[in-house]
Amino acid sequence: MPKFKQTADILGLMGKKEDIRNIGIIAHIDHGKTTMTDSLLAEAGLLSPKIAGEARALDYLEEEQKRGITIKTANISLLHEMEDRPYVINLIDTPGHVDFTGKVTRALRAIDGAVVVVDAVEEVMVQTETVTRQALEERVKPVLFINKVDRLIKELRLNPNEIQNKLVRIVRDFNNLIDIYGEPEFKEKWKVDPAKETVAFGSALHKWGFTLSMAQKKGIKFSDIIDAYKKGEYQKLPELLPLHSAILDMAVKNLPNPIEAQRYRIMKVWKGEMDSEIGKAMLNCDDNGPTVMCITLAQMDPHAGLVATGRLFSGLMEEGCRVYLVNASKGYRVQQVSMYMGAFREVVGKIAAGNIAAVLGLDLARAGETIIDVEHKDAMYPFERIKYVSEPVVTIAVEPKHPRELPRLVDAMNRLSIEDPNLVTTVNKETGEYLLSGMGELHLEIAVKFLRDYGGGIDITTSRPIVVYRESVPGEGVVAMAKSPNKHSRFWIQVEPLQEKIIKMIEKGDIAEEMGRKRIGTILYKEAKWPTQEARNVWALDEHRNMIIDLTKGVQYLREAREMILAGFRWACQSGPLCEEPMRGLKIKLLDVKLHEDPVHRGPAQIMPAVRRAILGSFLTADPVILEPIYKIGLSVSAQWVGESSSVITRKRGRIISSQQRGALTNVTGYIPVAETFGLSAEMRSATSGHAFWQCTFDHWEKAPENVAAEVIKQIRERRGLSPDIPSPKKFIDEA
Amino acid sequence: MGEIVFVGLGLHDEMGISLRGLKELETADSVFMELYTSLMPEFSVKNFQKISGKKLHMILRQELEEESGETVLKAAETGKAVLLVPGDPLIATTHVALRIHAEKLGVRTRIVHGASILSAVIGLSGLHNYKFGKSVTIPLASGVSSETPYEVIAQNRRLGLHTLCLLDIDVTENRYLKIREGLKLLLQIEEKRKENIVTMDTLVVGVARAGSNNPQVKASFLRDLLRCDFGGPPHSIIFPGKLHFMEAEALIAFADAPENLREASE
Repeated sequence: MPKFKQTADILGLMGKKEDIRNIGIIAHIDHGKTTMTDSLLAEAGLLSPKIAGEARALDYLEEEQKRGITIKTANISLLHEMEDRPYVINLIDTPGHVDFTGKVTRALRAIDGAVVVVDAVEEVMVQTETVTRQALEERVKPVLFINKVDRLIKELRLNPNEIQNKLVRIVRDFNNLIDIYGEPEFKEKWKVDPAKETVAFGSALHKWGFTLSMAQKKGIKFSDIIDAYKKGEYQKLPELLPLHSAILDMAVKNLPNPIEAQRYRIMKVWKGEMDSEIGKAMLNCDDNGPTVMCITLAQMDPHAGLVATGRLFSGLMEEGCRVYLVNASKGYRVQQVSMYMGAFREVVGKIAAGNIAAVLGLDLARAGETIIDVEHKDAMYPFERIKYVSEPVVTIAVEPKHPRELPRLVDAMNRLSIEDPNLVTTVNKETGEYLLSGMGELHLEIAVKFLRDYGGGIDITTSRPIVVYRESVPGEGVVAMAKSPNKHSRFWIQVEPLQEKIIKMIEKGDIAEEMGRKRIGTILYKEAKWPTQEARNVWALDEHRNMIIDLTKGVQYLREAREMILAGFRWACQSGPLCEEPMRGLKIKLLDVKLHEDPVHRGPAQIMPAVRRAILGSFLTADPVILEPIYKIGLSVSAQWVGESSSVITRKRGRIISSQQRGALTNVTGYIPVAETFGLSAEMRSATSGHAFWQCTFDHWEKAPENVAAEVIKQIRERRGLSPDIPSPKKFIDEA
Repeated sequence: MGEIVFVGLGLHDEMGISLRGLKELETADSVFMELYTSLMPEFSVKNFQKISGKKLHMILRQELEEESGETVLKAAETGKAVLLVPGDPLIATTHVALRIHAEKLGVRTRIVHGASILSAVIGLSGLHNYKFGKSVTIPLASGVSSETPYEVIAQNRRLGLHTLCLLDIDVTENRYLKIREGLKLLLQIEEKRKENIVTMDTLVVGVARAGSNNPQVKASFLRDLLRCDFGGPPHSIIFPGKLHFMEAEALIAFADAPENLREASE
């Protein structure tokens, strides 16, 4: 077992790309991923084998240990020997909790293969489906580890036949996911099969595991394992069937090395030209190519400053080299390069293409940012914006108990928003409130805990959680004309809904502003059958899936006014006329513009309000609606409580979409408005005597029923100090 | 129905208004004044109230633009409202909107002219009024700077015409563009476009404090004007086109232009 020389050993191997695997471990919450990770670490000589399983090396934040769930993604490089040949495993730990799914997606970019952990008792669950789907979408190849097999023997006391049936069912259900979500090119090849060593079985807690061929080689039968438990001799199992050998052998044999993987993954994670110098270098994972890295995680280290971790797709990352951040448009000299060992970074000076690196000295780096060799900065097409499945839908206001601690709270909020891109921190300039928006109650609770710690233990009071809504239109509005305040410029604008298909494409990253007008135009023309003129003239997209299209012809000075028009568009979309919630899914057509001759009479103060008013005016004539966020709820409960728990959901305006018996448990899936989920825990517990386990993930936006919408608008207008009545379109539309 | 009389305040201080304008004030029921379209650095509201014997209501851009001049229109419903405007009142194009709006509502409007910066600057320079092309304002820098001034200078020059460049002001933040800053903004655009329109060797006329007792006029090459201190506001710039010999003489006589300008004129 390698011990202290490990850093140097691994470093030497990092250049041998055939022997590198970048993998992640993904799972439903509590299916045992962290326990398993720790067993692997122990064998790599980083933790003593005795305490792995309890210490949870990757859960290095106090918060994680307390809650027993993993919050921060951490990275580690470890060494594995198979048939006397050493391999480097770059292992990325990903959180299992739904509220933090954005981080899973981010980690997936950096890895080529994944070990999906499934609890043998609970089987394939909602989150298993979510993370497997996400992995397949990023062309990450999965293998399967069925964990907690000991519980089938000890607790459920199943006979060998029943155990086998259960395991077969898990494999079948898992392959079913690959069938649904896999791309045609890959899904047959990627289906798992115990006979092909792509499935392992075991117990992470008791540190044993095996694949069929491994068991055969050692002459161990399943009945031997059952016997070991019956005789209370299961402590011998880790020696016979060490977990790390089972998992890491499976990974090394079945998951691709960076050279193989980058050949088919680059076109999925990067939308630039494959034929370009940069494209070719990445496809070939070329050390001699330009340095290209995609940051998957940015963390603030109190001593070292910002640490940017990511996958190096081409070139070398070296101390002192000059790089450029594409989104931040800023050049840097790299201060330090390191790799991960558990919670610690080891300074190494240089890392080769195909590996995971941690880089210091890039203060504006954020998750999703592209790092490029400064020589190639103009040729670099950034990695697509890493797309999140989840949107922040719940907001709370935070304030320090003692006003003098406000500066510390603000600092802590800044730090947290750097580290957690799924958390949106804003200051309401009118009310002076400090707002935190996240993906659910738990996400915000944990964020507040971080704020306390980062602020040095400051007391923080929080408001009741508030749901975030959207404003949208079901149909077309009138062509609205609005004048600038000085009446010397005029804008004609029409609002209509963006097709659902286009919104989906934006969310998947198939349409993104940075692609440029021409490529967006081609996609809209071919895929969405837009008329050429509309397709070709998309000016901008905003974060809430709104699009502005320039349909004007030959307007003088329009080029100079463009940025101001876009600022007006973004301003309007931030805050709709119904109750100042963001607008969503609008196709905004700029039809005509008349501008004042002199530049000072058509500055931002004139153009922005006019554009905004024309948008709001047309919007109000299109029978606008309120969209509310809807969670997908996945619930596991034993058969006798299915009725009660389902009726809690339906009573809260939810609906059940499926209900599946899995052994003793039934998995109920449904939708429920986020607004109805505050207090869900208490009701569900009392309805099922605490026998239900469930989780909610944001799924989609849905038109709120009219009575609900009216109440929502009334309450929000009141909260914001607006007059009770929705303004009439006349307020925004001018007459010629 | 009453009426609105737009009265020009002329230039620089409270002495710029015409006798005709003062006379209109005598019979006014309410008097409004805006000071945001132009700088009148030495204007004393106190003195003006003494001279005119009227109380002034200062009016903000927001009231005239976003609220479409409601306060003025309301006063004009029943009586005579006077709106005092720096310079010549409708040279500030923004007030045309109010005038049109008033006429639509049936409120009569009249104008009492005042001296304008346009004629003052041209007069001070000695250049011929007939030879000016489009005028343009150079905006205070905010994000992307407008290239329109550069284009206007280029267009006029192609036709041999002079260009009057007014310089932007921001009364609320008490900022105004100086001649040197205006020239630097144009040089930045030149850097980008490289059309040889505004260079260090371009002839430029700088005019400061037109309409006051101590106006300053200086014609020279751009590199010299960058070093020139023009003192207090307001500032304007002229980019001469082709020079008539009388224009060259005037620039040498009144604007301290280099002697060899004579040969450069036609």
